[in-house]
Amino acid sequence: MILESKDLLGIDELKKEEIENILSYADKMLACVEGRKNLDNLKGKCVATLFYENSTRTRVSFQNAALFLGAHTVALEEAGSSILKGESLVDTVSTLKSLNVDAVAIRHPMSGAVHYAARNTDIPIINAGDGAHEHPTQALLDALTVKRRFGGFKGLKLVIAGDIKHSRVARSNILLFNKMGADVTVCAPLSLMPDGIEDMGCRVVTDLDQALKGANAVMALRIQFERQKSGFVPSLKEYSAFYRIGTEQLSKADKNAILMHPAPINRGIEITGSAADCDRSVICSQITSGLAVRMAVLDILVRRI
Amino acid sequence: MNILLKNTDIGDIFIQDGIIKSIGSEISSADKIYDCTALTVLPSFLDLHTHLREPGFCAKEDIDSGLKAAAAGGYFGVLAMPNTSPAVDNEFVLEYVKNKADKAGYAKMFPIAAITQGLEGDKLTEMFKLSETGAVAFSNDGNPVFQSQTMLLAMKYAKTKNLLIISHSEDKSLSAGGVMNEGKVSCKLGLSGITRAAEEVGIARDIILAETTGCRLHIAHVSTKGAVQLVRDAKKRGVNVSAETCPHYFAGTEELVGKYNTFAKVNPPLREESDRLAVIEGLKDGTIDAIATDHAPHTLEEKNREFDVAPFGISGLETAFSLSYTVLVKSGIITLKKLAELMSINPCKISGIDMPEIKIGNKANITLCDLNKKFKINPDNFFSKGKNTPFKGKEVYGKVMMTFNDGILKFYNGEIL
Repeated sequence: MILESKDLLGIDELKKEEIENILSYADKMLACVEGRKNLDNLKGKCVATLFYENSTRTRVSFQNAALFLGAHTVALEEAGSSILKGESLVDTVSTLKSLNVDAVAIRHPMSGAVHYAARNTDIPIINAGDGAHEHPTQALLDALTVKRRFGGFKGLKLVIAGDIKHSRVARSNILLFNKMGADVTVCAPLSLMPDGIEDMGCRVVTDLDQALKGANAVMALRIQFERQKSGFVPSLKEYSAFYRIGTEQLSKADKNAILMHPAPINRGIEITGSAADCDRSVICSQITSGLAVRMAVLDILVRRI
Repeated sequence: MNILLKNTDIGDIFIQDGIIKSIGSEISSADKIYDCTALTVLPSFLDLHTHLREPGFCAKEDIDSGLKAAAAGGYFGVLAMPNTSPAVDNEFVLEYVKNKADKAGYAKMFPIAAITQGLEGDKLTEMFKLSETGAVAFSNDGNPVFQSQTMLLAMKYAKTKNLLIISHSEDKSLSAGGVMNEGKVSCKLGLSGITRAAEEVGIARDIILAETTGCRLHIAHVSTKGAVQLVRDAKKRGVNVSAETCPHYFAGTEELVGKYNTFAKVNPPLREESDRLAVIEGLKDGTIDAIATDHAPHTLEEKNREFDVAPFGISGLETAFSLSYTVLVKSGIITLKKLAELMSINPCKISGIDMPEIKIGNKANITLCDLNKKFKINPDNFFSKGKNTPFKGKEVYGKVMMTFNDGILKFYNGEIL
């Protein structure tokens, strides 16, 4: 079996070999995706997306992944479902199970909510982002993108810049790239840097130019507008002046460096439009990799292969 | 009615009508004889910090179950926090809980009344009247008085009649939204952290206000290295301050949260190893005067939730002695005599509650423990309705076997009498 656990809750739970095996399987899926070849691995199966937070990209990615594997899908969103009537997460999951759903991808604003769900059901739970904790399929798709470009991870320098404190993408990527032998640097003003981040195995550099020096992969993170309202940064203008990644900042990185972003992007805030559209930007291929990774994960967990 | 406790560590104890008649003399007959070979005699414990949840939250605990848990934990009495619904902020609610507790009788209940009405705002409770009705101290516990001016006035008012203020010191603007200690574990779990500064800023303020007013101040559940140092410095300056910690702050760390174990969610939060060691140092050098439980029972339904929304609190009455004995005494850090001071003698002094010494002519207020008994903590055996402990399955030493309260045997060998 590729995965020991019935669930995919976080990168933290994965062994290096498991990550490698998911990535190899996702690589095969990516070939199918690029060749527009649909599969029937999950024919007759049903995958649910249970999203307690707004998201189009990730939800559609999971749904398409299921559809391209021959499964059908159910989408539950907060509005219009019994969630609004006060049903607990665990009760909602058992309802889905009773409706013959074979796996549930959950996005939830609370860290660890997916663990709570997974502990209380025997169907596979896939973490599609929980609070500020993890977003494992995002890290896996970032890894697939990097692996495709560079062939491997050993000695590679990854720089993650932006709102590290509230970012599940940052946490999953720090864990994953660490496990794979890359070198991770995080960059943000200290008000957006969580205490104890170094213990996850990354370097903290608060100056963007310095952080970018020699980087092979640069990951810009979105800064949410509400962060400024809550006082984490004095203004988005000041934030952009010191932490926005443009082509000029990118020139500090290695000459073959790639620019990544989990999207959606705020052009002009954490990333300039010209950087997002430049030939180093792999933002679009990240999204395609995401489809492949989610196909791989769904197939692995639902069929227990 | 006379009782003979045969072969305790201090010899045979003969109790007649609740009064200790002899210690160490060979006596062979009595109405009731208990074989106490291998049992050690301690003064019964007093808990400075218990939540009995009644009125208002009886699914979590009620006075009856809470006092049973106290007796089973070796306690003759508990100080009950006023954050019930309605709160203990007037003499009528106070009378109500007192009557309930008297009727239960398994252990004594000494009520703590609120500092402010409804545990909120800036209107002081009628402290003098409440004190006359039986309140032994005043505290807003988890809803600490936010306005410094209100706290200053409360302390001045309390000082008038030398009343005791117990403070759960916390700057809520610093801890807002936090659910566990801020640090490497909260970072990894993506949970909002509670900075140590929230506790320390709160304690610093309350110490300064106690120094300003001369009011007697007791600091609840000290959990950080910095907090221990603040209390130590204050005592050195002669401030009228005492402090408690709880077993979970020296028996565990934030690592117990693991992958979102809500049983380890408590406020103040479990901290890091350096804090744990500093708390132990504070117990050793007398900076921390007492071990209290902060017994905070919750239902399993409430705890089996997303970590962010599960309530704070650990059920502690029935594990306090074993955890303290195992971590502090068995390991050689403090003596058993010191532990008795921390769990019994000092809490009595701080709260002004009289407890008879263990000597001939006094009422028997004693707890007998089997110190060599090794067992695993099993919440299924708790008398408390709160089974919420992160120490489930932990191997400990020191089992409470008998609890005497005012000369009457209330707990014996796993049974409430």
